[in-house]
Amino acid sequence: MTEAVRMLPQSRTAWVALAAGAGVLAVLPWVVTPYYVGLLTTAMIGAMLALSLHLLVGATGLVSLGHGAFYGLAAYTVYLISPEGAPRPVWQTLPLAMLAAGLASLVVGALSLRTKGFFFLMVTLAFGQMIFFVFHDTKLGGGTDGAYLAKPLISAFGLTLEPQSLPRSQRAFPAYYVALTQLVATYLALAFLLGSLFGRVLEGIRVNEHRMVAMGFNTNRYKLAAFVIAGMLAGAAGHMWSLHSGFVNPELVGWHKSAEALLMILLGGIGSLAGAIAGAFAFYALGEVAQQVTERKLLVEGVVILCAVLFLRNGLMGIGSPRKRRPPQQAAVTGVPAAGKAGAHG
Amino acid sequence: MADAVVSRQAVLATEGLTKSFGGLTAVRDVSLSLHVHELHAVIGPNGAGKSTFVNLLSGQLLPSRGRILLEGRDISGTPAWRMAHLGIGRSFQRTNILKPLTVLENVRLATQAVHLPARSVLGAPKRQTALVETARRAIDRVGLGSAEHAVAGELSHGAQRQLEIAMTLAIDPKVLLLDEPLAGMGQEEGARMASLLKSLAKEHALLLIEHDMDFVFRVADRMTVLVEGAVLASGPPSEVRANAAVQTAYLGGHA
Repeated sequence: MTEAVRMLPQSRTAWVALAAGAGVLAVLPWVVTPYYVGLLTTAMIGAMLALSLHLLVGATGLVSLGHGAFYGLAAYTVYLISPEGAPRPVWQTLPLAMLAAGLASLVVGALSLRTKGFFFLMVTLAFGQMIFFVFHDTKLGGGTDGAYLAKPLISAFGLTLEPQSLPRSQRAFPAYYVALTQLVATYLALAFLLGSLFGRVLEGIRVNEHRMVAMGFNTNRYKLAAFVIAGMLAGAAGHMWSLHSGFVNPELVGWHKSAEALLMILLGGIGSLAGAIAGAFAFYALGEVAQQVTERKLLVEGVVILCAVLFLRNGLMGIGSPRKRRPPQQAAVTGVPAAGKAGAHG
Repeated sequence: MADAVVSRQAVLATEGLTKSFGGLTAVRDVSLSLHVHELHAVIGPNGAGKSTFVNLLSGQLLPSRGRILLEGRDISGTPAWRMAHLGIGRSFQRTNILKPLTVLENVRLATQAVHLPARSVLGAPKRQTALVETARRAIDRVGLGSAEHAVAGELSHGAQRQLEIAMTLAIDPKVLLLDEPLAGMGQEEGARMASLLKSLAKEHALLLIEHDMDFVFRVADRMTVLVEGAVLASGPPSEVRANAAVQTAYLGGHA
């Protein structure tokens, strides 16, 4: 019996296409100018954030406006434990950043998941803003304009890769490849989660939470688990931002960051995990193009995103794919034993 | 007849169960007991509090007063999700299934809720053969075996009602609470469901809410008539049918 998992590639070809995409990303730095290496790194970080949020939005049906706070909190954690001039290795900063984001999301999640729908949206927004004001214009956060930090050292087994030792044209490579590795790892981790029995419970909650409760699922516990996992992955993305930019500012924590991630998901496709990645790249590409053609970048972005949402119901990932997913079930409706039953995968 | 019942313990019993919403008392001081191998039908006019009563038993609502006893143990106040773990399975008056999922996925989730150890939750669904087998048995039991890969939302209404029963069976319940399983069914579907319910009553304690009086009088071992949230009469169908109060208050021309 094979079951195509919602939000994951529905065929082997689609998986190959996804892997090919990662392959292209692996080669790109050698082809494009350093500026674009940096921009692509930023886009991959955005993709990680959007992916982590997609576990809530697409998989569980929870729309949060506080997700950016965990991203920013993780970046600030790196700042707090390694201020300018005192770098620490990644294997210290990454777990600590994810832990901070995880603890914060545990508290925020436990309180906000008592509400549903619109109220959940507003409560997560409120919590996000509370975290924002911890760092905005405070001594702790290093001021309104942000602060420089010591980029985490890319080191393992006593060896440290020092970007400054590389030729000038390749100095952005280490961060780029760390980001690419992390993006692939984030996607695979989420794909594994969605394919597991845990993922099926989230799917059930998205579809009909009331029924899931009657079946015997403590849905609050599952939603909280998803919220914390998503928060920790957002934290990993925020950590990557600190490694990439070496700079934190309150903007990272604000609700705009959450809204951006939501836009990426909408743009890429709400029904597809990879849509978050496609959406993030589209989002940054759009920003880049808009900046070149006009001074009113946000206006152009807004119009394009509006059109995309209106005309592409399933986002970029919906382009070219047939309207109905899971075709084998067509046959089963008539009562004929379904094709899946005879499938080779037993 | 009460003496005969007292000799064996009720699987599920209520004592003075009451539910008020503000000034409205939807369920008023209901005491009822349900025994194994028994089909106990709860009937009553619209608004009599039947669904509220089931919602209390399944934990969807918390009682204002009174107790719910499962095999003698007080379980009032238990959250809805845990009721399934205690062995109380329920279906809903309005079809309540996971429509985009297949029949098998629906039932497997129900099995998973109760039978999967927490540590296995990260496993892949197809490795959990025991879950799938249990789910398949429940699906076969209700006669949906040939449609296990069909999308639930695309089934006929009758088949969706059957699926609901399969989902309640998938947890190996001690008690089945079925809220109008025959609602909206055609004659043929209804007949199939009726024979299914009769056979289920042989293995479980089954509490049934139903509007179809002919059917209820034919299959029920015991009946309780609710009017305005309170018990008007309770006993074997023949007794209830003969009850003068029931005649005037509810059955009218039917009996």
